[in-house]
Amino acid sequence: MSFAIFFILAIIAVGAAVMVITTKSPVSSALYLILVMCSLAGLFVLLGALFLAALQIIVYAGAIMVLFLFVIMLLNLRRDEYGHDSHIIQKYLGFVLVAVILVQGIVIIGWAMKDYSAASSLVSTEGTPGAGPAVDYNSAYWVARTLFTKYAYPFEVTSILLLAAMIGAVVIARKKRLPDIENEEG
Amino acid sequence: MLIEVVIILLKVGVIFVALLTTIAYTTYLERKVVAHIQHRIGPNIVGPFGLLQPVADAVKLLFKEEIKPAKADQFFYTIAPMLSFITACMTIAVIPVGNWLEIGGKRIELLISDINIGILYIFAMSSLGVYGIVLAGWSSNSKYSLLGGIRSTAQMISYEVSLGLGIIGVLLLSQTLSVAEIVRQQSGSIFNWYFFKQPIAFFVYFISAIAETNRSPFDLPEAESELVAGYHTEYSGMRFGIFYLSEYANMITVSAIAASLFFGGWNGPILPPVLWFVIKVVIFLFIYVWIRGTLPRFRYDQLMRFGWKVMFPLGLANLIITALILVMKS
Repeated sequence: MSFAIFFILAIIAVGAAVMVITTKSPVSSALYLILVMCSLAGLFVLLGALFLAALQIIVYAGAIMVLFLFVIMLLNLRRDEYGHDSHIIQKYLGFVLVAVILVQGIVIIGWAMKDYSAASSLVSTEGTPGAGPAVDYNSAYWVARTLFTKYAYPFEVTSILLLAAMIGAVVIARKKRLPDIENEEG
Repeated sequence: MLIEVVIILLKVGVIFVALLTTIAYTTYLERKVVAHIQHRIGPNIVGPFGLLQPVADAVKLLFKEEIKPAKADQFFYTIAPMLSFITACMTIAVIPVGNWLEIGGKRIELLISDINIGILYIFAMSSLGVYGIVLAGWSSNSKYSLLGGIRSTAQMISYEVSLGLGIIGVLLLSQTLSVAEIVRQQSGSIFNWYFFKQPIAFFVYFISAIAETNRSPFDLPEAESELVAGYHTEYSGMRFGIFYLSEYANMITVSAIAASLFFGGWNGPILPPVLWFVIKVVIFLFIYVWIRGTLPRFRYDQLMRFGWKVMFPLGLANLIITALILVMKS
């Protein structure tokens, strides 16, 4: 059952991901990206990580993609406005880079498979899984615990990065607005 | 196994039909109450006291001719109302409508799914609900729709933040994300209701919820004097009807969340739990209509300023103070 659901979700995710880059209209592209996010959330649910699934939808599908769509709508980008790509070098470079990433992916998955089979044999010799202190990825408690203890430093660094981006956005927005307001009032 | 599946399907069916009926009669409630506020009588022709008016409305909408703008983006134009309605209905799945029933020795919880991250699920669904409106506004290919859609999105994104801050006030006290568990914690005395422990959080939540559901006095997306009807200007027939249904569905779920998180959900003396839940939700719906009947509409900049400069700091301050008190206590 979960195997079938996994394949359905995986096919939707990969198919939608292909559509993100092949479709011509920016809005459809953004919507296909939302579909990718949602099917990834479905995969998280299959793995028993409900909390991560909810965050995936709230943060990516909900917040970030709404802003994407918002910008696309405000700029009112329509179908085929880009025209043909004139950079031929990019095209061929793209193929090369994709090949590199593909090889990397295969190697990493190979390693992960080896680790996984080692780990699963370890579990089977140890007896029932979850005999030790069970880490429940389902609950907000454990995610928060690891985030604020083990990964506290990267977490804080990321927040500074976001703060910097936010201040940057405010500065850029102010620069254009201020003269207009002064003109209207003066 | 089979019985479990049947029970779940039955629960989904019953709750969905109940939701649809409530939506239909919320429109009746709204028309009647607003009419009385304005010294009119309201619908009174179809059936006794006009009680069959929602049925008549539905039949009218179903048989109305649908006019599609020729230059609309056909696909997105079609799915926008569906997206809006589905996400509006899905939230109700984690809200307990009653305690439990015992049928043939089987204990049936009166909610569709008690997931332990129920509140996050509510946030997730409400954040997806924006897409219906964004797409409707964009795909209609009309200026009024686009402006209405953009306004509405900006409004929903802004108020979602304070909506969340209001709910987190309760979460800090309850220490759980499961809605069913939060309701259970409030059983016993009326003073266990989180409203009495978190009154500011409740006001932040409820005011943001009105803005989030695009209702008066925050119904700028549909400000008819400037935008015709906002994002659904170009919709007609049942597609237009579905937008209306989802607006009311959103009102009902928001009221149900308010009742469950702040007012003890199905808890109450003497009367059966389900009835208490319904009474509380109806009171909130009445307040919604009451506000619509009394307050004038905000201006757009007032709305944004109010959202970011009043509701957001208030919610944040409430959150920090609650957290401080909790830390001092422990």
